[in-house]
Order: sequence, then C-alpha cells, then structure tokens
Amino acid sequence: MTDILLIALAMSLLYMSIANRMITYIHILLFQGILLFAITYLTLDKVEPLNVAFIMLETIVFKAIAVPWFLNSLIKRNNITREAEPFLPNFLSLIIVTLIIVISIILSSSVSSKLIDKTFFIVALSTLFSGLYLIVSRRKIITHVIGYLIIENGVFILSLAVGNEMPMLVNLGIMLDIFASVLILGIFFNKIGDVLKDPDVDLLRNLKD
Amino acid sequence: MISVFLILSSLIGIGLFFNKNKSLMYSLLVLYVIQLWVFGISQYLQIHTEASFTYFKPDHIGILLLLALAIVAIPSLFHGYRYMEKHNEGETPRTKGLFFSALIFLMTASAAAYLSNHLAVTWIFVEATTLSASMLIYHHRNIRALEGVWKYVFICAISITFVFIGILFLSLSFKSAGITDLTFDSLYANYAKADLFWLRLSFIFIFIGFTAKLGLVPMYTAGIDAKDKAPAPAGALFASILMNVGFISIYRTYALINKTPLQHWAKTVILIAAVLSIFVAAVYMMRIKNIKRMFAYSGIEHMGIVMIGIAAGGIGVYAALLHIVLHTLVKPVMFFQYNQIYWVYQSKSIYDIGNYFKYNKTGAIVVLLGFLSVTAIPPSGMFVSEFLIFQSLIAQKLYLILILMFILLTIIIYGFGSNVFKLLFTPPIDFNEERVPVIKPWESLSQYILLGLAIWMAYCPPSILIELINGSLKLIA
Repeated sequence: MTDILLIALAMSLLYMSIANRMITYIHILLFQGILLFAITYLTLDKVEPLNVAFIMLETIVFKAIAVPWFLNSLIKRNNITREAEPFLPNFLSLIIVTLIIVISIILSSSVSSKLIDKTFFIVALSTLFSGLYLIVSRRKIITHVIGYLIIENGVFILSLAVGNEMPMLVNLGIMLDIFASVLILGIFFNKIGDVLKDPDVDLLRNLKD
Repeated sequence: MISVFLILSSLIGIGLFFNKNKSLMYSLLVLYVIQLWVFGISQYLQIHTEASFTYFKPDHIGILLLLALAIVAIPSLFHGYRYMEKHNEGETPRTKGLFFSALIFLMTASAAAYLSNHLAVTWIFVEATTLSASMLIYHHRNIRALEGVWKYVFICAISITFVFIGILFLSLSFKSAGITDLTFDSLYANYAKADLFWLRLSFIFIFIGFTAKLGLVPMYTAGIDAKDKAPAPAGALFASILMNVGFISIYRTYALINKTPLQHWAKTVILIAAVLSIFVAAVYMMRIKNIKRMFAYSGIEHMGIVMIGIAAGGIGVYAALLHIVLHTLVKPVMFFQYNQIYWVYQSKSIYDIGNYFKYNKTGAIVVLLGFLSVTAIPPSGMFVSEFLIFQSLIAQKLYLILILMFILLTIIIYGFGSNVFKLLFTPPIDFNEERVPVIKPWESLSQYILLGLAIWMAYCPPSILIELINGSLKLIA
C-alpha cells in the first residue's frame, strides 16, 4: 500500500513538470501533503494518539491546508500572474523529471544496504532533485518557494525511510519544515509582495559586484 | 551552566526587544557582555572535568572560539551603540531594540553551536543564527536589504536541508552497528563500526551545507550579500563569529572522517573547495568596486586558507586554528572602520572615496594596519599562520596547491591594495568637504586594541591559547 502511495507521489512530480498554472502547483502541494500523511500513518509501528496527532498536525494541517491556503492568498493578494513562466518548454521539463526519476532508480539500485527501503529512497531522491530542478527552471519567486517546499517533502520521505526507529530525527525534520517554511513564507515573501509588484527573480538582481 | 546562560541571554534578548528606555537598553547590553564573559571563563574552568555530557560539552575547540567571541562581542556592541546613537538619526527605540536583540540572539546561538556535542544540536543553533542574522540584514528595510535577506534565508534554508540529509545518512551509517547515540563523543569512540558508503554521502552533504556559514565554494554567495547589506557592526559578526560556526561544525565532522579510511578522499574534497574559494575571491578582488563587499570576499579567501591548512594536516592544523582566531580578531576591525569611512563619504563605491588620511588620520592608520594584517604582510599575526600553512603544504609535497596559492594570494593582495591605497591617498572627485563629520580618535581605539591583540597572540602566544589549540588538535591527530 505504501508503495502505491509513493508511486503516486512520484507521478505528481511528473504532473508538476508540465503544470502551467500556479493553482495547479498548489494543488500538487496539497495532494502531496495528504499522501505524506497516509504514508507516515502506514509506516507507524504502533499507533499512539500523541504521535498521530503530531504527524497530522505536520502533514494535514501544515503541508496540506495551511501552506497551500497561504500561497493561494499570496497569489491573489499580490496579483501574481497565473502562469508559471518556465524557462524551458514543458515537454523538455517532462523529459528532465523523467530522467531524474530514472537516475534515482539507477543510483539507489547501486546501494546494497538493507537498512533502507528502496522505494522510499528512490521517491525521496527524485522529489529532492525535482524540487531543485523546479527552482532553477522557473522565473517567479513564488515558484522558488514551491520548489523549496517540494524539497522539504523529499526530505520528509527520506527521514521516514531512515528514521522509523529514530523518532528524534523525524521530529527534528518536522521542526525544520515548520521553522524554515514559516520563516520563508510568512515574513519575507509577504514583504516582497508589498515592495514589488508581480515578484520576479529578475527584480532581485541588483546586489552584485 | 549552559542552560542558565541560554535562559539569561534569551531573557536579555526579549527584554531588549520590548524595552523602549535608552539607559536600560545599554545596561542590559553591559549585563549581557558580563554574563558572556562569566560563562566563557566558567566553561574554561570546566574543561578538565570528566563529567559525562550529552548535548553540550566544553571542549578545547569550542572554548577557543567562545573566548574569541567574548572578545569580539565588546567592540561589536560598542560600535553598534555608536551606529545607533551618533550617526543614524532615523533610528527609533523600536528599531534599536530589534537590532540589539537580534545581535544578542546571534551571539548566543553561535556560542551554543560552538559548545554543542551533538550534530543535531549544532544544526538547531545554526538555524537560529540564520533567523537572527536575517533580522540584522533587514535592518534598513529597503528593497536592497530585502533582496539580501531573501537570498540569505533561501540559500541558508537549502543548506540547512542538506545538513539534515547529511545527519540522516550519518545515522544510517552507524545504525548497522546498532549505535543510535549521535553525540560526537560516541561517534569518535565508534568510528571503526561506521558504514563507509553512508559516511561518505553524509560528509559530502554536511560539508556542502555548512559552507553557507563558513563561506566556501559552493554556498558562499549568500554570505557576501548579507555582510554587504547588514549594518557594519553586524557585518563584523557575520565575518567572524558566524563563519566560525560553520568552521567548527565542519571541523568536528572532519575529525570523525579523519579517523576512517575515507580520510584521503575527504582531504581532496576540502582542498578542491578551498582552492576554488581562493580563486573566486581573487577573481572578485580584481574587479570589485564596493569596499564592504571587498572585505567580505577577503573572508572567503581566509576561510580557503584555513581549510587548506586543515586538509594539509600536521603543523597545518595548528596554523589553521591560529589563523581562524586571528581572523576573528582582525576582520571585524575592517568592518568597524568601514562605518567611519561611510560617514565621511556617504558612499561605499571606490569611485567616490579617497584621500582618507586628510579627513580621519587615526582611522586611516587603522585601514593601513588592517590591510597589512589581512593580507598577512609582517608584522601581521596572520603572516605566522600562513607561513606555517605553506610549510605544511611543502611537508605534504602538495606543490601544485602551494604554487596556485602563491599566485592567487598575490592577485588578491594586488586587488585589495589598489583599492585600499586609492582610498587612503588619491583625492576624490567632486567631493564636498564641508559635510565631513568630525570623528574622534578614540572611536578607533577598539580597532587598535584588536589589531595589537592579533599581533601579540601570533608572536608570543599566551599559554591559554597554546593550551586550547593543542587540545583542539587532539581531535584530529
């Protein structure tokens, strides 16, 4: 069951690579948040109410509701154009993300470790690299933030793959998520929206030598 | 003890944030410095105790950098005070409180990161330094400051994610041997049981992640913008104690790798990053027109030199540790002095400044001495440490790197020197002398003390410095 969910998550990456409208990216984030909750719930060894509540807070409340809602309101409030404005054509993006997944599969098949679940590892790596690819291939500041959130999802899966016996590390990862995303999203993107109309990375190119 | 320090510092920080009263604000700052010193000395006295530590441990390298922080804290807060009170009319009690409270949080988080005995704890405090640093960078609240802070936060967030992935792989590497205790003590004791494949992956991620703080290729870029846009007293801290946070984290991880067969591979990785950093610094030094950024790039160069010393091993490690202490003392001098330069010319572009000797003699001598110190020309203290690093390179037969270093350092001295001498001697064009404020000589006193301290520490090192450096060496030897 977890395998199916993980593969669904990898497919959402492919969908992301050809998405045109900003709202689609937000829907993908929402979808990934729900998937992450299901995956975490299924990998739990024993169900403790406190633990489940914590995971729900992180995945459902935070990743699937709060962040997408916040991004959506940012887009509306700052009148950001609804198009993603990629540097590369969608077809090429699709091929690159497919290649990323294929390379992750090849990479992790070279790892002969029994400690880590292969499917988790493949999906985690491809999510990570797709997030990085999203950051470098899109023009808007808000797509950079979305790319960062996708990297966070990748790290979340990775910590699940590694840390089912190490709750400390998983909690730490959750703290990273909340801390950094709230910081990035909440404080500064809001300010950028106030100062710049239609925030675009081209407007942040003045600091140089 | 550390919990008392953290709680007291947080209380002082929060007090500064809410406080509107001027005299109370400065008494709180004095209180902070006193408790920082008390904490530093008490940690030093605990260094030989054999108690078992979990998350924090007063070891030699941590105390070394903590005491360096305690020294730099005094002039930083003093120049912060001058910056707020004398030369910036636009500051309100609220912005002052925010600035000083962020400064206190930055210093406290760095101090905690120095003493942490667990990679995850280091990681938490490094994240805390990012947060407080971003408050300082955004102090002026204009579009350029926003750009600087956005880049800094974004790159630091990505780097910190990399470090987290590194920690995950590290835990995997020790999991096969059944070791779940990830304190450095336990890692050093059980290095032989580590799974090398995951350890290798882990080191590369942790190294890349911490280069954002250390200021090395590949993640150095954000730090440059941060030092440029933050007020100079904060920039001085970014260029010294914040870089040390990155250094100590990499040093501790490297100390683990150094015990395993991955040693040579890790040295190669560090050497590549370090030489590339010096190369980047040299390229920018040649064409740079903004003197504050020039000081920031000089920091990249020095961190490159330090990491080459660490990778070379032997006497190089001793020299690298000496170099990082001296750099901590000398680099803030340039940033403190930069403020006075800005007050004279109201610009940081090399085209608008010049003939500084005429407008501020004491300050001009500081710039000259600071230039000699930073470029390691005798009697600079850094001459000693760089010389020892060259020696260690010869001892290790790394001639190619030595030659590359010589060429790049010459380029850096040329670029740095041509800008500094233009600042000192060439008369500026279209400059209205009537607006030049009077800058009292005593405002440069702290710079002279720091420069003198750096020379004294290099040529006749006090026994406490030697003891701390030798103790730190034991991690790697």
